[in-house]
Amino acid sequence: MRRNTRDRLTADAALLLAAAAFALPLLWLLLASVNAEADLRVRAPSSFTAENFDAVLTDEITFTPMLNSLLLCGGATLLTVVCAALAAYPLSRHPSRFNRPYLLTILFTTCLPITAVMVPVYGLFVQVNLIDTMYGTGLFLATSQLPFSIWLMKNFMDGVPVVLEEAARTDGASNLQTLTRVVLPLMGPGLTVVTIYTFIQLWGNFFVPFMLILSPEQMPASVSIFTFFGNYGSVIYGQLAAFSILYSAPVLVLYVLIARRLGGGFALGGAVKG
Amino acid sequence: MSSRSKGLWRWVPIAPATVLLLLFLAGPIGYCVWIAFTDTRLTGASGSDFVGLDNFRRAFADDDFRNAVWLTLVFTVVSAVLGQNTLGLALAGLMRAASRPVRTITGTLVITAWVLPEIVAAFLLYTFFRREGTLNALLDWLHLPSQNWLFTLPILAVSFANVWRGTAFSMLIYSAALAEIPRDITEAAEVDGASGPSRVWHITLPMIRRSIGTNLMLNTLSTLSVFGLIWAMTRGGPGNRSQTLPVFMYDQAFLKSLIGYGTAVALLLLLVGSLFSIVYLRLMKVEV
Repeated sequence: MRRNTRDRLTADAALLLAAAAFALPLLWLLLASVNAEADLRVRAPSSFTAENFDAVLTDEITFTPMLNSLLLCGGATLLTVVCAALAAYPLSRHPSRFNRPYLLTILFTTCLPITAVMVPVYGLFVQVNLIDTMYGTGLFLATSQLPFSIWLMKNFMDGVPVVLEEAARTDGASNLQTLTRVVLPLMGPGLTVVTIYTFIQLWGNFFVPFMLILSPEQMPASVSIFTFFGNYGSVIYGQLAAFSILYSAPVLVLYVLIARRLGGGFALGGAVKG
Repeated sequence: MSSRSKGLWRWVPIAPATVLLLLFLAGPIGYCVWIAFTDTRLTGASGSDFVGLDNFRRAFADDDFRNAVWLTLVFTVVSAVLGQNTLGLALAGLMRAASRPVRTITGTLVITAWVLPEIVAAFLLYTFFRREGTLNALLDWLHLPSQNWLFTLPILAVSFANVWRGTAFSMLIYSAALAEIPRDITEAAEVDGASGPSRVWHITLPMIRRSIGTNLMLNTLSTLSVFGLIWAMTRGGPGNRSQTLPVFMYDQAFLKSLIGYGTAVALLLLLVGSLFSIVYLRLMKVEV
């Protein structure tokens, strides 16, 4: 018993050390955002201030980029989820020779380094005049997230019993009706997870809008954050921290909402990192 | 309606997703294969001529390219294989022995670092590693020598940044894997007198080897495509001392306007990624 206690204390100490290392950069973010004279190191502010937040809460700095992010990622998420739900339905319900290769291709695609595709995507977008358009960028963002969403959606759909669908079908429901009225409501939590997860991934995506969107008034927050460096002369770290918090808040909140359902086994569905 | 056409109708829902994937993913990849064999440039003449393997020959003879390959290797081994993987496993293991509040605190912090948008993580680590930053303040306080990390050891700084950002994923995978090991097996070994380290080596590690394989593969793949983190922290510099392949690709294609050459590099990156993906699929013996 005593050895167990000693083991626990050792583990606690080691974890707290690791926790401190992970906490330091986050601590800087919190402290700098309320410090009028924030610099680069973690420091308690001499007096707390809301100045930094006040300064960045303007149309130009915060509201327009955040709205752009919302339109871009919201639209792309909607498209991804609708397409993924439609695609997952036959894959989950109709056994066929075609399923396995399709799903393997999908899983293979989730693993590809999407970064590598950005140069040819830029070239294609210039040629077909999709460059610097929100909908073009949204279409690509949706596609980049689609393979994983299909995979996840199919796994959730497999968990819905088929019996209820058969009942609906006997009553004369079409495929689409069965999907929207029976299957999707039954997999509500799964659908929520796919939606929120897709949105989180897209919200944080930097490289895609960085490449495909050129005009400043269309920049989402992930790219506009760059203007803190350069455009306004010397960097005002307190404002940068305040803006970072505002920009990160939505995904942190959404993650908390789905964290329990994601768990660890979730990861086995394929590549999950952004 | 004949049963055959009814069978076909069933597959209509799959069409929108497939069209998107073909247009925006398979399309660019195919285009990538073509452009990589041309001398397309951003500026000047619109024409692009087929130049065969020139771009690839040029790449392998290019010191900057070889530098990028080497740095990508260092970045991947240090941050994904050694860093994220080992630290993730250690954290997951320690959490099983730790008390509940400590477990919750550590887990929350590690996962927060993971959920933060890439560019925010990059700025946080940038301030951390800067000469006037927190790391040096800490070293001064401990009376240890400080230095300008982003200048002296840029590739290590971005590697540590990637560990900070990505370890949560490994931690989650290993927590799930460790939770599945039946308790009586480790208890039996303990009764037989196996020491802590030998229990880990002979029992725990072999039992989670599939998770280790999966995790290493996914870590490697996601690390291969890291761009924003490095770009925001160092722009690949100073000079080219933290220029991994994605940053090199961007630099050649857009800053130097050599689209053909940049695409050839992208194609090589895709090939390496595909190779890893195939190994991963085989390793997992995916059941679909």
